[in-house]
Amino acid sequence: MEMDWIWGLVGGLLIGLGGAVYLLGNGRIMGASGILGGLVDGTGRGSAGERAAFILGLVATPLVLSALFRPDITTHLTDDYAVVIAAGLLVGVGTRIANGCTSGHGVCGISRLSLRGIVATVFYILAGGLMLVLFRHLLGVI
Amino acid sequence: MRFLLALIAGALFGAGLFLSGMTDTTKVQGWLDVFGNWDPTLAFVMGGAILPMAVAWKLTAARKPLTGGAFPTPSHPELDHRLITGSVLFGMGWGLAGLCPGPAMASLSYGGLGGVIFLVSMMVGMALAPGIGGKLDRLASAA
Repeated sequence: MEMDWIWGLVGGLLIGLGGAVYLLGNGRIMGASGILGGLVDGTGRGSAGERAAFILGLVATPLVLSALFRPDITTHLTDDYAVVIAAGLLVGVGTRIANGCTSGHGVCGISRLSLRGIVATVFYILAGGLMLVLFRHLLGVI
Repeated sequence: MRFLLALIAGALFGAGLFLSGMTDTTKVQGWLDVFGNWDPTLAFVMGGAILPMAVAWKLTAARKPLTGGAFPTPSHPELDHRLITGSVLFGMGWGLAGLCPGPAMASLSYGGLGGVIFLVSMMVGMALAPGIGGKLDRLASAA
């Protein structure tokens, strides 16, 4: 537990390195919602191969690493599927309307000191925190 | 070349999310839950990720992407209602489940049925977003 912040920092550096490769190599912003969303709504049809390659790498490394080192790993996601579906819909709609998520607005936006990235990050963190106050502490649902 | 670089970027992103513990919803919700047993890990992940990215943005000055083309410029320079409304909706879902798009994809191999249901719901939401965004635009212009 007390080592968690070191793993957080190491993992964070790798995430930023991935974003740097995508930016300097392909001239694109590494935003998870944009990369997937462009495939879903067809706006990214012209760069579909590149998007699919990114998602392949994103899914493959945790698969290999978990099989090798953490076969017992779990996401601890709630088994209340109504909550899961509502949350998934909100994340999908929200990230596409805001044009970014934690990686695009958070990591890539804040690092270029983009006002939009910073404002988006403040709002999604506040909204997320309020949901925990409401649904965990007041209602006891999650 | 573009495909290979995208694959490497995705692999680094996935490895980082896995090692940092960000595919564990209890750690994400633990960071958002400032009134509970607060978990600071996410702040270290964000800080760690911003460092190499800040260097990368500096390096974009006076050069071009390795595979050609141009570096992205901010597409919508203004703060608009879409940015705020969308971010609030996203944050609500993020808080409820503890998953955002990157970790939702990264944890596909061990996220179980719930993880798949989240991912499918998220993609349905992404497909519905253009229509909902258009309605929001009309509301905003009427207000």
